[in-house]
Amino acid sequence: MTAVLSVCLAMLAVAAVCVLARIVRGPTVLDRAVALDMLVAVGICALAIEAAWNRHSHTLPILLVLTLLGFVGSVSVARFTRGSDDIEVERS
Amino acid sequence: MSAADIADVIAATCLLSGAALALIASIGVLRLPDLLSRMHAATKPQVLGLTLVLIGLGFRLREPGAIGVLILIGFCQMMTSPIGNHMVGRASVRAGQVREDLLVVNDLRAVLPDPGPDPDRPV
Repeated sequence: MTAVLSVCLAMLAVAAVCVLARIVRGPTVLDRAVALDMLVAVGICALAIEAAWNRHSHTLPILLVLTLLGFVGSVSVARFTRGSDDIEVERS
Repeated sequence: MSAADIADVIAATCLLSGAALALIASIGVLRLPDLLSRMHAATKPQVLGLTLVLIGLGFRLREPGAIGVLILIGFCQMMTSPIGNHMVGRASVRAGQVREDLLVVNDLRAVLPDPGPDPDRPV
């Protein structure tokens, strides 16, 4: 079990590095919002695997909060980028 | 093989599947050319991968209270992730950041006005 969970955490670490590279490189702010959303998902997976490793349920409320937090972040970024609301007002 | 061992094997399988899905999707997020195709890759660990990891954690913990919280986490993620990604895709289309050369069909071309050149994207 420990070996399997170590492999899982290693895979998640590589995934987080790839997503961070996209955050650094992403041409627009929306690319970065999508990548940050996925980074939050990867963090939730990592916390869950840590809870499975040590067989405790103390971090489950943190998982719930992170789930809702990523949603609020990406929606607010998408709401306030260019062109996401009234097109006519922006073009005039 | 006791029942606990079988549950641990199922948990390990689910956790491995979820982590592998996150890895594959992160390669997609890094290498795909367009925001919409990158969103297609990024949504996989947000819903399916996370669900697999939560199922594995439930088989590992085997407590009724913990399983209830895990179901709540999965439900919240499934309710919120489509909304956020829909908002991001809509903002991308309205800002004119969708690459026309990668699209086969663009049904929104007749509906949306041309937003003009994008200052965020140097041509």
